[in-house]
Amino acid sequence: MFGFILRRSAQSLIAVIGLLVLVFFLSRLTGDPAYLYLPLDSSEAQRQAFSEAHGFNDPLYVQFGRYLLGVANLDFGTALSRNRPAMEVALEAFPQTLKLAAIAMTLALTLAIVVGSLAAAKPDSLFDRLASTASLAGASAPDFWVAIVAILVFSVGLGLLPTSGTGTPLHWIMPIFVLTLRPFGLLVQVVRGTMISALASPYVKTARAKGVQRSRIIFRHALRNSLLPVITVAGDLAASLVNGAVVVESIFGWPGIGKLMIDAIIRRDFALIQATVLITAVAIFVLNILIDLLYARLDPRIRFQAK
Amino acid sequence: MTASHLLEVKDLTVDFLSLGGAFRATNGVSFHVDAGETLVILGESGSGKSVSASAIMGLIDTPPGDICSGTITYRGRNVDKCNAEERRDLNGKKIAMIFQDPLSHLNPVYPIGWQLAEVFSAHGLATGAEARAKAIDILGRVGIPEPEKRIDQYPHQFSGGQRQRIMIGMAIALRPEILIADEPTTALDVSVQAQILDLLKKLQAEDGLAIIMITHDLEVAASMADRVIVMNSGRIVEEGEARAVFENPQHSYTRTLINALPHDTAEGASRRSTVEAGKPILEVKNLNKFYGLSSGFFAKHTQLHAVKDLSFNVAKGETVGIVGESGSGKSTVARVLLRLNEVSSGQALFHGRDIFQMDAKELLTFRRKVQMVFQDPYSSMNPRMTIFDIVSEPWRIHKDILDKPRWRDRVVELLDLVGLKPEHADRYPHQFSGGQRQRIAIARALACEPELIVCDEAVSALDVSVQIQVIDLLAQLRDRLGLAYIFITHDLPIVRHFADRIIVMKSGAIVEHARTDDIFRNPQHPYTRQLMNATPKPKWETEPATVPA
Repeated sequence: MFGFILRRSAQSLIAVIGLLVLVFFLSRLTGDPAYLYLPLDSSEAQRQAFSEAHGFNDPLYVQFGRYLLGVANLDFGTALSRNRPAMEVALEAFPQTLKLAAIAMTLALTLAIVVGSLAAAKPDSLFDRLASTASLAGASAPDFWVAIVAILVFSVGLGLLPTSGTGTPLHWIMPIFVLTLRPFGLLVQVVRGTMISALASPYVKTARAKGVQRSRIIFRHALRNSLLPVITVAGDLAASLVNGAVVVESIFGWPGIGKLMIDAIIRRDFALIQATVLITAVAIFVLNILIDLLYARLDPRIRFQAK
Repeated sequence: MTASHLLEVKDLTVDFLSLGGAFRATNGVSFHVDAGETLVILGESGSGKSVSASAIMGLIDTPPGDICSGTITYRGRNVDKCNAEERRDLNGKKIAMIFQDPLSHLNPVYPIGWQLAEVFSAHGLATGAEARAKAIDILGRVGIPEPEKRIDQYPHQFSGGQRQRIMIGMAIALRPEILIADEPTTALDVSVQAQILDLLKKLQAEDGLAIIMITHDLEVAASMADRVIVMNSGRIVEEGEARAVFENPQHSYTRTLINALPHDTAEGASRRSTVEAGKPILEVKNLNKFYGLSSGFFAKHTQLHAVKDLSFNVAKGETVGIVGESGSGKSTVARVLLRLNEVSSGQALFHGRDIFQMDAKELLTFRRKVQMVFQDPYSSMNPRMTIFDIVSEPWRIHKDILDKPRWRDRVVELLDLVGLKPEHADRYPHQFSGGQRQRIAIARALACEPELIVCDEAVSALDVSVQIQVIDLLAQLRDRLGLAYIFITHDLPIVRHFADRIIVMKSGAIVEHARTDDIFRNPQHPYTRQLMNATPKPKWETEPATVPA
């Protein structure tokens, strides 16, 4: 297992480096930061001096070399927009996103497993139809639209919840709701589908012939086998929550990594863009390795191959 | 009602509902079974034999199933309408069942000990360490060596025969009175089959089990049965004492089934080739194939010697049977000869030219001359292609065989040759039965005008009566077209009247290679003899007069 983690980490490292190269050069296509950071009436000489001071006048490959050298020494540059080390700023924002994503994903997965399993246990029942319709709606509704409508109804209309920001438990409700909705909808569909085929499988027939309780057949025999594809999809969705909270964080003014990334891009804060991308990339790679390990944990056939 | 039987099924009629209407799976089926006896339900696929058994266990889902009429009584108690709790109390405890394919019928993600212990916990009889100890006992009882060690292993770590033993163990754990065995040995090698049948007989003798055995295999049926019922298209066509049914079948369907069996008499020899074997078209010399088995990242790299130093010839118009059990390397031989897998070493001369040295162009011509027919004709045909497309596809690849305008006529001709009708050309594979699909596969092979056809278990998936039809067809075609066959099978009796020579393989090597008559009259190698004796013998010969009247 240790060997597996090592190998996967090495593969991930190559991908991370590739990503950093891409982000480094692409972000510099967005334009000259000097125009954003200096007053509109600043002179050409002032802009030159600004660029010179931050090294933007050097050829790109020199800038890149400097950046890599910095990264090797764990120096990720200074966030221009905040005048603080970029990594420090990014690391401050990241836990906010992580908390949101973790809660949303746990909620979505738990609810989806319960709802999907119950729907699959009685296909075409009233509950099944309700669950299928609701999950389809949840999976299809665009999150920005749901977020805005939610603000309109609960904050502007009813005045129950704050529109944005953090601070009280009430601030968490809408972002979590919006982030949970889509994964929940998709996962219900996956759980329902895999559970229906698992419940029709030969080993379930054996369990019935053994006289095993119905609930045990559903939640021990069928569910355990259904989890494998569910975990795969859930992993994908979790990855998109870690970096894709951009829209939701922006709408609700949530001080997470997504919002930070957008701010950095708008302000041409190269060092900060690179730092935020690096953190989310590493988080997603770690997530993927965890999912692989979980997969092997759940399926003994994979476990024994890996040994 | 007469003195009640242990289990009695009366007038059972089951429909399956689908979009196309209702399909009647069983029609007024009645039978009974008593303690200590074995009732065999014999029938081919689709005869309704499994449905009857599933109904006893309450395993028919409604919908799509619909039990239209009939009663099932266990010890005089009506059990066909019992609720979930009553059903649970019956299943596993009083009536147990084992199935055809033990791998898919065991839950892949739990250790077998867990699954065995569950039988006890589900019925509230034992939990935890106590259930585990009982599970170990059972594993020992059904003949799994070192049960303490193996109890924590998963189903995929056992062999097919062991998995069926585990299934049997699970079924008899609570000492039920009735065991329903649905094709329990169909997926197993003959020698393993014999062991499983012996195990069932042993358990029956120890516990006085009533066994309802469902099978399509007449030899298995004869070896187990005290009484037999024969089913066809959902109805019982014949029933009675086993010996009487087998030796003096009354119904024409039963006679067809029994006549489909390869008998010991010489009359079947008619399927042998009628032309004198000419000079070899294929000469295989010292063929070797290794498979690399890499078991993981840091594991040692090991090799499996799948085919060991194989040499044989095939002449024009000749049929060579390659017989062996699973893992004997027989299919690897076929795959290597057709260059579907790369050879490790050795030569195979086709008309003097080494197959393994051929370049892409030569290989194309070679592949035209040598065709293959697979075991499962359904999965080897593209479901979205019509029969016309399937049969004519070789002509798209080998453009010199036939001009496009003549394709239609030729397809009709080929279909006629394999006993199908012209209108079949525009249908799709799923619209045909297994036997018909195998005929289509043969027509496709013939489209290339081959000299040699390699049949890899080509009839193994078919019902016995259909097997014989396909073999007859192959024999006819061989004599008309001068074809040669390499006929690979696990079933020694089936090649008896078809092959000219037989090669018996074990663990990748030839153990015996002789003319068919010599092999059957005077097998030299112990393994060949073992294969022959593994065919189950009728119960009335092995244990006469033990049957309770």
